[in-house]
Amino acid sequence: MATTPVLPGGFELPLEPRLPRLGSVDAVALEERAAALATRSIKREAKVFALDLAIRMMDLTTLEGADTPGKVAALSSKGIRPDPSDPNIPSVAAICVYPNLVPYALERTRGTSVKVAAVATAFPSGQSPIDVKLAEVRDVVDAGAHEVDMVIDRGAFLSGRYAQVYDEIVRVKEICAGHAHLKVILETGELGTYDNVRRASLLAIAGGADFIKTSTGKLPTSATLPVALCMLEVIRDVHEETGRVVGMKVAGGIRQSKQAVQFLVQVHETLGLAWLTPDRYRIGASTLLNDVLMQIRKERTGRYQNPDYFTVD
Amino acid sequence: MSERLPVQKTYKLYIGGAFPRSESGRTYVAEGANAARASRKDLRDAVRIARQAGGAWWGMTAYNRGQVLYRIAEMMEKRQSELAALCTGPDEVAAAIDRVVWYAGWADKLAQVIGSANPVAGPYFNFTVPEPTGVIGILAPEPPLLGLVSRLSPVIVGGNTAVVIASEAHPLVAIELAECLATADVPPGVVNILTGLRGELSPVLASHMDVSALDLAGADGDSAELEKLGAENVKRIVHGRADAQSPYDIAAFLELKTVWHPTGM
Amino acid sequence: MTKDKREIARRPDKAPMATAWDYAPAPEARDIVKVEERYGLFIGGTFVEPASGERYTTIDPAREEPLAEVAQAGKADVDRAVRAARDAFANGWSNLRPSERAKYLFRIARLLQERSREFAVLESLNGGKPIRESRDVDIPLAAAHFFYYAGWADKLEYAFPNRKPRPVGVAGQIIPWNFPLLMLAWKIAPALAAGNTVVLKPAETTPLSALLFCDVLRQAELPPGVVNIVTGDGRTGAELVSHQGVDKIAFTGSTEVGKAIQRTLAGTGKRLTLELGGKAANIIFDDAPLDQAVEGIVNGIYFNQGHVCCAGSRLLVQESIYETVIAKLKRRMATLRVGDPLDKNTDVGAINSKQQLEKISALVQSGIDEGAQIYQPPCKLPERGYWFVPTVFTNVAQSYRIAQEEIFGPVLSVLTFRTPDEAIEKANNTPYGLSAGVWTEKGSRILAMAKGLRAGVVWANTYNRFDPASPFGGYKESGFGREGGRHGLEPYVVLEDA
Repeated sequence: MATTPVLPGGFELPLEPRLPRLGSVDAVALEERAAALATRSIKREAKVFALDLAIRMMDLTTLEGADTPGKVAALSSKGIRPDPSDPNIPSVAAICVYPNLVPYALERTRGTSVKVAAVATAFPSGQSPIDVKLAEVRDVVDAGAHEVDMVIDRGAFLSGRYAQVYDEIVRVKEICAGHAHLKVILETGELGTYDNVRRASLLAIAGGADFIKTSTGKLPTSATLPVALCMLEVIRDVHEETGRVVGMKVAGGIRQSKQAVQFLVQVHETLGLAWLTPDRYRIGASTLLNDVLMQIRKERTGRYQNPDYFTVD
Repeated sequence: MSERLPVQKTYKLYIGGAFPRSESGRTYVAEGANAARASRKDLRDAVRIARQAGGAWWGMTAYNRGQVLYRIAEMMEKRQSELAALCTGPDEVAAAIDRVVWYAGWADKLAQVIGSANPVAGPYFNFTVPEPTGVIGILAPEPPLLGLVSRLSPVIVGGNTAVVIASEAHPLVAIELAECLATADVPPGVVNILTGLRGELSPVLASHMDVSALDLAGADGDSAELEKLGAENVKRIVHGRADAQSPYDIAAFLELKTVWHPTGM
Repeated sequence: MTKDKREIARRPDKAPMATAWDYAPAPEARDIVKVEERYGLFIGGTFVEPASGERYTTIDPAREEPLAEVAQAGKADVDRAVRAARDAFANGWSNLRPSERAKYLFRIARLLQERSREFAVLESLNGGKPIRESRDVDIPLAAAHFFYYAGWADKLEYAFPNRKPRPVGVAGQIIPWNFPLLMLAWKIAPALAAGNTVVLKPAETTPLSALLFCDVLRQAELPPGVVNIVTGDGRTGAELVSHQGVDKIAFTGSTEVGKAIQRTLAGTGKRLTLELGGKAANIIFDDAPLDQAVEGIVNGIYFNQGHVCCAGSRLLVQESIYETVIAKLKRRMATLRVGDPLDKNTDVGAINSKQQLEKISALVQSGIDEGAQIYQPPCKLPERGYWFVPTVFTNVAQSYRIAQEEIFGPVLSVLTFRTPDEAIEKANNTPYGLSAGVWTEKGSRILAMAKGLRAGVVWANTYNRFDPASPFGGYKESGFGREGGRHGLEPYVVLEDA
């Protein structure tokens, strides 16, 4: 059985009534800080460093109703060798797929460093009975997924049933523990305030999340710089207070290299170098990879690139 | 001897709501009476007490401050003849009373007329409100009652406290006015009135480091030196007019405080 | 649990963890702005040689390299400038249709926007401030200031109920070196909007943006003599202050010089506004949004190397969160990038002058000597130029010089408090009263604190924000008069009975 994770200080007390009072975030100042960090000018070798890192941190993702074994296999191949013409380009961190497609991703990535992540718990809404959600988690873990990306029940969260949200995370964690890393998706676009993002982050970490993750990618508003910064600050607080290391995943809407670099600058200046590793930071994306490849080639050749020189998957 | 011998009044200082003699024990003859001749120490005490009184006076609601000023007018109305006997006459008293009433009404309108909400280019709510400058030193101009009231009213209606040096030649009506103030719910120390020799007191007032502003309305010729002394703690220097009546005369003794606050979810 | 579940084999990452991510230099191109070898005085719409014959060298404080020779205006030069201003005032400007005045100001605003990169580079070059700040703060705000007051020029009668405003005349304006162009805008824009003409003296160490501004005036076709720029040190300022032909003095600078000016003007009837020093308290309550508050602390004291009159130089932290705040602050300070002002990633630039560096160093030494605990993050400073590592002092007593005197550098003194009343008492316990910061989530406490603090600007859950629509200025020895907003017009008008 899983050992109970170390909880952040304060969680010895009943959680539910305390949660709305836990810390607070000033929206304007947070957004200003995020915007200021986004103005960092990252050039030349510093940029190549970031782009290379972005690939190594990438959860190359396909989460469509139209996904097929063929699509997943192709994506997996792309993730293993993103640019066949350039051996210096690393593999991505993981391939992220729906539960049914885990076996196909595993098959294609076997023997490589690329891991397989499965979304679960009635992704993206989380609106299914707990037993169904747990069964799904069991399925993907049994299938061999290395990582599970669960969603929290935002309905429960927004109606103040924090204990329920927490309990679900704990139960999912019990299934994952020792077998798969657990990423907890907060779907921040539905939480309404940064205060809620902060609370949900704490709740997820308390419940045993190995990673906290911004979004499902299924909403128009996904990973924004201030939301990510807000979550990084929670991770920092938990680490400072308890020593526990929690990873971070941004996902949704990250399509351009420039955005990826901005997120990485944020990590660098908030949590430091220690988090600039795929073990602690992930970028969930489907179309980002090729833009990064184009930028790297541009940095190496000095020429602006044409997408037709890069495979779509 | 059928006529009754009247009881004569001793004109003293007005400090902290009380009527003390000068600690120096000195007087000077003015208008046929022995007026108190305030000393440097009396002035020092008056400033200290005025500073202490400031918090509570500014802490009152504007509505209440307005009521107190209106009450001063009521008390003056009751003492019209006593006041008239000590100044240029009933017309001056009437004008003085009306002036107090006029200023009384400003207490709860100042922030609306002088303050502002400022549309800054960013996610902030930004507003500016007037606040009292602090302890104001007033050299009261002539005529002795209207001049004093015209300079004192704008000072106190804005929440300041005052140390007034009354007309040297005509000090008695100032003390008569003090008796109106003392019975008009003016909290002790909000207004302090000293009588005495201008040449002695003015430089002490002007150089006092806990006086925040000076109204030199009643200064004659010596104002350059007083202004120079006032620079030592960056006093606000005002040359008020005895006949002035405007919100700008109040604003001269107000600081403007701007507050920023983010507007975010 | 299912039987065939397997442990995840931890595979090492392909690349080892990075040991550093050094941002490559990202310098703003210096050649966008042309600096002349020598400058005259801008009087009557043209550059003239100084009658004084004196010149001095203005430098780049980050490299200790000369940039240009500028004139040291003497008595005759100041006189010439004041006469030019008087002439322009009497012959056209003061009775120009207000809507036309407005359009000149709009032109200036637009030209500043168009040439903003040029000004930003020059400001950083001559003053040492990071390009990020001159580009994102100083220059846009300067342009916005002209834009704001342009709109007032033909609406003055709405600003002063029951009064007829008329211009004061010739305004003598003396500005500091911390925000050279922005302070110029704060001074010139309301003066011109109200129909005055101007003689402005930039700070001795930072004259170049004012001199480049003369070219903007040329492009705007502002009538000659409406704005005159005389460069020089304190002697030039003293000449301007005591000149008989000046109707109004506006000064931003040290409290010491402000008092001297007030004494000089005593009895002259000249109008005066002073924006002087400060020693602001930045107050952090235990319920504050801490990470944002730490940003506010950093922005409060390290913005513009702490060369800010309203800098949050005294940090008042509630004792219950003292350790947390200090830990967060130190951690954040380690990420501050000190160095080349022209590098777009620089957070803290060069100290403006050798003299200022010496002053800061001396005060910091006094803090050490008095027993405060100093912390400076590891920081590699360039070999040439004037630099000071962002510094925080803990264990500071209210009586220490570093808690009392304006350091005007990147040096923070930390004090603690237990209750809101104590915070107010400590915050107000200074002859200054320019600004203050309050950080708490409780709305009613913010308003109560804002009321209790004797300061002209209170930033609640933010710090060091400026806007042309927002009045700025001090209480107590931080000066009098306001700049910005409707209130900023008042120093530049005489109010006649309607």
